[in-house]
Parts: sequence; C-alpha cells; structure tokens
Amino acid sequence: MPVLGADMDEGTVLEWLVKPGDEVRKGDVIAVIDTEKSAIEVESFAAGTIKQLAVSVGETVPVGTVLAIIAEPAGERAEPAPAATAAERMPRELARPEPSTPAVPAPRPVSPVIRHRARELGIDLATIGGTGPAGSVTGEDLEHAAARLRPAAAPLPTAASPRPARSPQKPGPGAGRRRVTPLARRLAAELGVDLAAVAGTGPAGAIREADVRLAEPAGKRAAPAAAAAPAARSAAERNQSMRQAIARLMARSKREIPHYYVSNTADMTRVMSWLYDRNRELEVSQRLVPAALLLKAAALAARQVPQLNGYWEDDAFRPAEAVHLGVAVSLRGGGLLTPAIHDAAGLQLGELMSRMRDLVTRARSGRLRSSELTDGTITVTNLGDRGVESVYGVIYPPQVALVGFGRIIERPVVVGGLVGARPVVATTLAADHRATDGYTGSRYLSVLGDLLQRPEEL
Amino acid sequence: MSRAAAKGAPPEAAHRRDLLRQMLLIRRFEDKCVELYSAGEIRGFVHLYIGEEAVAVGVNEAVTAEDSIVSTYREHGHALARGLPLDSVMAEMYGKTSGCSRGRGGSMHLFDVSRRFYGGNAIVGGGLPLSIGIALADKLRGEQRVTACFFGDGAVAEGEFHECMNLAALWDLPVLFCCENNLYAMGTALERAQAQTDLALRAGSYGMPAWAVDGMDVLAVQHAARGAVEAIRAGGGPHFLELRTYRFRAHSMYDPERYRDKSEVEEWKKRDPVDLLACRMRESDELTDADFQAMGDALTGEIDKAVAAAKAAPAEPVEDLTRFVYSPEPI
Amino acid sequence: MTGTETMKTTYREAMRAAIRDALQRDDRVFLMGEDVGRYGGCFAVSLGLLDEFGPERIRDTPLSESAFVGAGIGAALAGMRPIVEIMTVNFSLLALDQIMNNAATLLHMSGGQCNVPLVIRMTTGAGRQVAAQHSHSLEGWYTHIPGIKVLAPATLTDARGMLWTALQDPDPVLIFEHGSLYNMHGSLTADAGAVDIRSAAVRRAGADVSLITYGGTLSTTIAAAETLAGDNIDAEVIDLRSLRPLDDKTITDSVAKTHRAVIVDEGWRTGSLAAEISARIMEQAFWDLDAPTERVCGAEVPMPYPRHLEQAALPGADAIVAAVRRAVG
Repeated sequence: MPVLGADMDEGTVLEWLVKPGDEVRKGDVIAVIDTEKSAIEVESFAAGTIKQLAVSVGETVPVGTVLAIIAEPAGERAEPAPAATAAERMPRELARPEPSTPAVPAPRPVSPVIRHRARELGIDLATIGGTGPAGSVTGEDLEHAAARLRPAAAPLPTAASPRPARSPQKPGPGAGRRRVTPLARRLAAELGVDLAAVAGTGPAGAIREADVRLAEPAGKRAAPAAAAAPAARSAAERNQSMRQAIARLMARSKREIPHYYVSNTADMTRVMSWLYDRNRELEVSQRLVPAALLLKAAALAARQVPQLNGYWEDDAFRPAEAVHLGVAVSLRGGGLLTPAIHDAAGLQLGELMSRMRDLVTRARSGRLRSSELTDGTITVTNLGDRGVESVYGVIYPPQVALVGFGRIIERPVVVGGLVGARPVVATTLAADHRATDGYTGSRYLSVLGDLLQRPEEL
Repeated sequence: MSRAAAKGAPPEAAHRRDLLRQMLLIRRFEDKCVELYSAGEIRGFVHLYIGEEAVAVGVNEAVTAEDSIVSTYREHGHALARGLPLDSVMAEMYGKTSGCSRGRGGSMHLFDVSRRFYGGNAIVGGGLPLSIGIALADKLRGEQRVTACFFGDGAVAEGEFHECMNLAALWDLPVLFCCENNLYAMGTALERAQAQTDLALRAGSYGMPAWAVDGMDVLAVQHAARGAVEAIRAGGGPHFLELRTYRFRAHSMYDPERYRDKSEVEEWKKRDPVDLLACRMRESDELTDADFQAMGDALTGEIDKAVAAAKAAPAEPVEDLTRFVYSPEPI
Repeated sequence: MTGTETMKTTYREAMRAAIRDALQRDDRVFLMGEDVGRYGGCFAVSLGLLDEFGPERIRDTPLSESAFVGAGIGAALAGMRPIVEIMTVNFSLLALDQIMNNAATLLHMSGGQCNVPLVIRMTTGAGRQVAAQHSHSLEGWYTHIPGIKVLAPATLTDARGMLWTALQDPDPVLIFEHGSLYNMHGSLTADAGAVDIRSAAVRRAGADVSLITYGGTLSTTIAAAETLAGDNIDAEVIDLRSLRPLDDKTITDSVAKTHRAVIVDEGWRTGSLAAEISARIMEQAFWDLDAPTERVCGAEVPMPYPRHLEQAALPGADAIVAAVRRAVG
C-alpha cells in the first residue's frame, strides 16, 4: 500500500485492474485505492508478471502492506510490489523522521579530567552528548548539562560517605538567604516557628510546609492550615511516633544497662593508602569508602571477641552465632533506625558496602524488612561524617555493645621518636557491664586497631 | 554552461544532446521520487516537475554561474539544471546531512549558495521579493548580473507579485521573471483565478518587456531566455517571460485531479518536452534509439547510486537542533 | 569639539547621527523605506540624508511592505547591509511573511548557508490618539520568533549606538523606536558610538523592588520610582534594551537583591513579553521571591481615540505604584 499523501495511514483497495498472469510494465496503472480524501490510481514500479494479489477488493490495510507480488521477467524469483518493500522494512520509523543515531551514544573517549568533573557535578556521562572530536565530551558540554540539571537536589550524605556532610541549606544566590517556600513562610509566621531552627527537606534544602509543621513548639497542636496536604500530615505524624519509640528505647537502655566506656585511637595510614591503591583499579561505582573497612573490622573484631556479640536476656548472656552488624542510620527530618547487615564478618568488602548502601536507602525510604531491624547482634555508630571526633553512644537492648567511630582526621603522631601527621580515627566502645568487664572491652578495641593495620586482610 | 561535445558531432548537435540529457535527468529523478515517496522513504510534500523540464533547462542555458536563481517549492528541475549535485539533492530529499540544505529543508527548500541558488520557498509568491533584493544589491554594486526568478501562475494572484513587478520596473532591476504557467494553481484553473488570463499582457502593464513562450519546446525557451537576459544585461531593466507549460502529474505527488480532465492531460502529453526534442534529433539523425536508451540507463544508474548514498548518509544529531538559529560567528 | 565634550541633542537626532555614521563607514549600508528620502522620514529621522547620500542609498519605496522588506532580505543575502525602515509596527503585519518565513528562517532552513544581516527599524507604541490601527506595541510578538534579534533603545546613548552594532550582526535585527521618544532631549558626548546589544541596564539602583521595563515606558517607570522613593520604597529600574535575547542574569540578580518584581509592558497583557519574563523569574528566581510577580500592561482593548480612554489603557505611573505596593505588601 503506497503512501499517497503526507497524512495517509491506511487505504482501501477499490478495484484491481490486473489479475494473476497479466504482464505489466513499469508505470502501468494496476489498482485504484481509496483514501480518506479520494480514490487514486496506483502504478506498478516494476515490470513482470502478476503472480498474486495479496489484498482483496474492499479490504483496508495500513500503508506498507504488500498488495501484490510481481514476478520479474526472468521468472526466477518473486518480488513484492516495490511500493510495499521499503515501507515494510521501516514503516513507523519513517512516519516520524528521526535521526538514526541511538538514544545513548556509542562509547567514546572520555578524559580523566572530564570524568572527575562529571563526578563532581553529579552527571552521568552516558546521558550527555559530546561535541568534541569523535563525539567526545568536552568541559563545555559538562557545564551545559550541569546548568540544565540545576536546581537538582544536593547529593544526600550517606551514613558512610567519605566526603564531609553537606549542610542541608545551600546558600541561594543572595548570600546567606535560605530557601523557604512561600507557603512555609506563611505557616511559620502563623505558628510562631523560627525558620532559623527548621531543617529543610525540599529541593536543595528548601524549607517546606512539612518541615515547619515538624518544628512546631512541643505541646502545641496547631489547627491544620487550610492548604495542608494530607500526605504531609501523615509524614509529620510518623516522625512523631518514631521519636516516641526512640525515646522509650533509649530511656530503657540507660535505666537498665550499666554502661562502661573505653576509647582508643586507630592509625588509619595503612587503610587510607591501601584504599587509594585499590580504588584506582576500580570503576567509580565500585570504589570503596573507608566506612566499609571500619564496619568490616568491627565485625571481624566482634567474631574474635564473642562476648560482645549477642544478647543479654533473662539474667544471662547468650552469644550469637554470626555477627549481624547493626548500622545506625539517621533519617531526614529527625529519627534513627538501626538495620542490620547479616553475617557482616563473612562478607567481602564490596558486598558489605553495597549491602550497607542498600540498607541506608531503604531505611530512608521506609522500606526495611522487620527482620533487618530486629536481628542486630552488635551495633556500630559512625558519626565521623557528621564531623565529631568521637562518640559515646547508648546501647540498643538486648545487645551488649555499641561501637563508635569518629571522623578520620589528620593528627600529629609520634612514630619512631619523630612527630608526623597521620590519618587517625577515634574508636570507642560502650559496653554492658553485666556481660563484660573493661578488660574485654579494651581487648576488643585493641583487636579492632590491629585489624585496621592489615587492610588487605579485611 | 557548456559541456563536452559528443565526439565528432557539430557543436549544435552536441548542445542539443546535452539539453536532452539534462531534461531526461530531471524526468528520471522525478520518476524516482514518485517511487520513493510511495514507499514512504521521502516524506512531507513533494511537487513534481514532470512535463515542465524544458523551462528549467532552457532558461538555465541563458544564465551564467555569476547570476542568481530564486525558485519555488516545485524546484527539483531548477536545482538539477543549475548543477546542484544529484547526490546532494537526493540526500536532501532523505533529510540527511549530506543534503544541500543539511537535510533541514527537504523537497521544498533546496539551497546552494555556492551556486547562487537561493531556494526553495513554500509560500506562493514568497520568493519574488527576495529576487528583487538580490538584483538590487547587484545593481548597487554595479555588477552585470541577472537574477532569474521562477514562480507559477498562482503567484500572479498574490499581492507580492504586483508589488515586486512594480518595484522591479520602477528601480530598473536586472530580474528575469519566469512565470511557469501550467494553467493550474493547485486545483484552481487559471481562468477561475484571473479576470485577465493573458499573463504576459498583465506583466507588460507594469512597464517591462513581456512575452509568452512555448514552454514545452526547450529550444524555444532557450532562445527567448537568451534574448531576454542579453537585454537585461545591456541595461534594459526587468523582463517577463510567460512560459506556457503543463504538469503531467498532480500538484503534489497524488491528488484526485478532480479539477481537470484526463483527456486534457493526454493532449499535453503529446507535447512531452523530452519526446519533442528526442524526435527532432532522431529526424535529423543526431540520435538513435540505442543512444537514447543508453542515455536513460546511465542516468537511472546515477540516480540509483544517489539513492543508495542518501540512504547510507548520516542524519543530523538531535543535539544540533538549535545550531544555525543564529550565526555562530560574524560574517 | 573634543571627544568628551557633551552636546545637547534629541533621540531623533541621535538616531539620525547613527544612520549617517553607518552610511559613511560602510558602503554596503543603505536605507530603504517609505518616505525616507524626499519627505525626510515620517518622524523626520532621515531628514537631510537624501541630499547627503543620494537616492540610491536613501531609497524611497512605494507602499509595498512585503516587497521592500523582502528586497531588504534579498539584498542582505547578496552581501549588502540594508536598513529597512517600516514606517510603523502597524504596517509591518503586511511584511510578516517575509520577516517570519524568510528573514528569521533562511539560516536554519538552508543548513547555515544563508545569512541575512538585515536591520529593520520600526516606530512603535501609542499615546498620540491615533486610534486602534496605528497604536500597536507588537515587540512581544516579534520576540516569539527564533532567528531574529529584537532591540528597544530607550535612551539617547542607545539610539546613537545600537544601530551600528546591529548592522554588524550576521543575523536579522529589529529595532523598535517608541514614537514618544523622538522628541526626548538629552546630551551625548561627541564621541558617543556603538554600544552592545546584549545586556539590560540598571537605570536606577534600588533594594526593595525590581521594576523591569523597556522602550517607551522607561520614563514612566522611573517617574513611578521617584514617587515610591517619597514613601521610602527604594525601587530598582531595569531597562531591558535587548528583548530577544533577554538578559536573564541582570533580571535574576536584581530579583535576588530585592525579592519583588514588577514588569511594565505596553503590549497587551495576555501572552505578552511581561508574561515571558514572569515565567523566567518563576523558573530561575522562585526562591528569591517574597511575593508573586506583578505585571502592568496595556489594557486588552483596541486602542480608543479619546485621550482619557487611551491614557486609561496604557500602563501609567499610578498603576505601577499600585502594583509595587501590592508586591511590597
């Protein structure tokens, strides 16, 4: 069925002017086709003998359908009417002329500088076109792509991000001006909320209505403002109940568990150096972060000091068989969850890291399984990326220990009688004095420190 | 433009052979376009020049590479006669970057500034003002150039036609107005559009020499065009040729042709410009059937190659969509 | 007179000096339009130029807008630098096909081959009781078209300096001269020359609200700003100068400072240039706003003849002040 007009999609055969066996020459009219506009005579573009009429009178078929088969004069092989051939091969593509280049460009050279800059800007190189030689991506292409993405959300700090945490408020174009939606501003005025004390969860840290509601002064239940969305209210309510649950647990822990604390400093030179070498060989998405090694070391140490890995129940300590490492995850808008990485001591570093990332993501989006929340045998809290040097936490009952890591920071260290600068991290342990004594706790930190001197074995 | 003479033949005979070849090239190209359009490979609008070949080829013989051409959407014939490479015109039909307009224009917007071919205009009458502007520039700079402007009988109804005829005569501009009167403006016959259908007479009323020419006879067209161009170059101001011709196919690709009788088409086909010249040449023993066949086959081969090249050529990347909205740099 | 000495002059005279300057420096330049020669120009801009440059370069045309605008395009195609004068924007509608389908389109459609370095000058605007068909402000319409550039000189410096830069541009440039500006008095230095045609200008710095306008309404807007100053509202006034492309940065920098925007546009409100600017401020400076953007535009009526009705239909200082008060709250 030929294309007989720019907007023709289908046609109806009104009349055949030939039958099988007839000889036709190029240009002979062989059929009459009815379109929406009118009846049109169509010609043959090939010469030969009609072998078969494929569409009957009265039938409506789409453009590109074979109408008739014409055998070439030599009579050797049948050839469909040329009007149909090409259209058959590419019917819909030609209906809307589009470039034949694929949506994702073929692999092309990317310089390390460009790769690095793309990572800084948070741009996936596979999604932008390059205008440099051989289609390579240039710095200008990156800046253009970045401009298109703005204002995207700032990258969320993960629990174990090596980069220093970004504050949720990015300065707007006016120096020091915070981003507040008009609605939030009005609501804050109505409720008497000080915007300076509100954490924003909107794009690029903007303060939205929900954030203002969460920050309402305690004990004040404001009448819902006219424009409050139902979804926002339930999020606020959810946060409220989580806070209460945490409050109950922490209070119980401090009431029932006699905490003791020990701390140490671990030299991270070997870890950082090993990481640097290791990461150079890996794809960006596969690269390891220091937190993965800290967690692995904590799990392995717990295997070597099993008295800290288990539960205090019914006046006795029950050691756990495996190390299910709880990881404290802070939630946006306040709140805390501690999902567990199962069998952390047995995982490869890469695996450990991806499990950790997965847990953090699902924790933040409320998609954890209940088993993940209850199975932890020992918990790690890593507040280094929040900027504190050391943390003394509260144990999660019925566990008996909480390991803390602070910030990996360069400090002056005496090595071999000389003062040098080394990356170090403060390691702390809060432990249940009913289950263990200071000696055990100290041993744990000692083992932990040793493990961190042999990163290749982690 | 001169081409190599056939071996041993007197120059006029070689020239006629060349004219025949040019017309046949256009004819075969347009035939191919019918096929390709029906197969859905060329899209949009295609306006065929079949039957009018003598006009483009004949007028083109009168102008030089220094002169300018402004055309309409029915421009394949003008473009090929002007010398735009076959490959670049076919690629343009396919919308590929190797097309003469980088694939952006399609059938109705062929441009080749290097050959002073200024398109390709989809608005009836839209090219006339451009042509007088080009002629104005030439005149201001004292150039001895001519601008040949093609348009159809339909354009005579547009206000721009009258404005431009007046302006060209008023300012004595070196324009050759070539009105291709094929008796129909899409589906409207000339006598239903114009109270006075003698177009040469109408043009003359603006104060310029104007006469009608048998547009099916390439030698007559050539003769008239040469005379007009000579007069223009000598300072005679704009001239108007009414080229009486006929299109054998519909306005664009297919239309129901409810506006004219089949018998009328058949009558005009008896004066097919390609056949007319071929017959004359056969009669004077300048051409044999075998020659003609070989000529046609060679052209078909070249056209098939152009189609293959067009299919294989790249399309413009989408990222380049906004290039050439503005100029990238000063000129 | 040395370069830095100033002389008293008018907008009209500055524009004339710009045309003369261009004709002298570049013999590809010529002026073409209705009554530009013998008559001296409908608004007397080209008075005297015919005697100085002759009828070939100061070319009177018949009343054939489509033909002579198209001729300007053709001449530009062929390498000249024509200045086409369309008497007023009201008559440009007759040449809209040539402007839209040829001037704006040839470069892209030909794959980059056909440059159209053409300048079209048009008088625009209302205020002289010349009624519905002679009072349009269609700058906003033209800014809709990709492929052309649109300027609105509102000061003597810009009247003197934008034309040369526009003539050097490889693409078509439309220059809109508001009819009320021709008699505007001021002074220019003797060496006043070409100015840029890309950036907006802050004509009055302020901190409380950004008043954004162009062309004929600049003086009204500045007057409104003076009134507001009396009420302790410090208004910043931005003269857009280039309407296509718009200088987004100057606009958003200003809004970042003041947090409030009022756009003053003589065109009809619906689908206006003011609407475009408002959308851009929303897209680019939403977080800096303390109030919705305000628009003070022409009333959506065909311009009536009586003076009081015409004044009511045009954006006036009172309406601007009221809009600012709403924005400041």
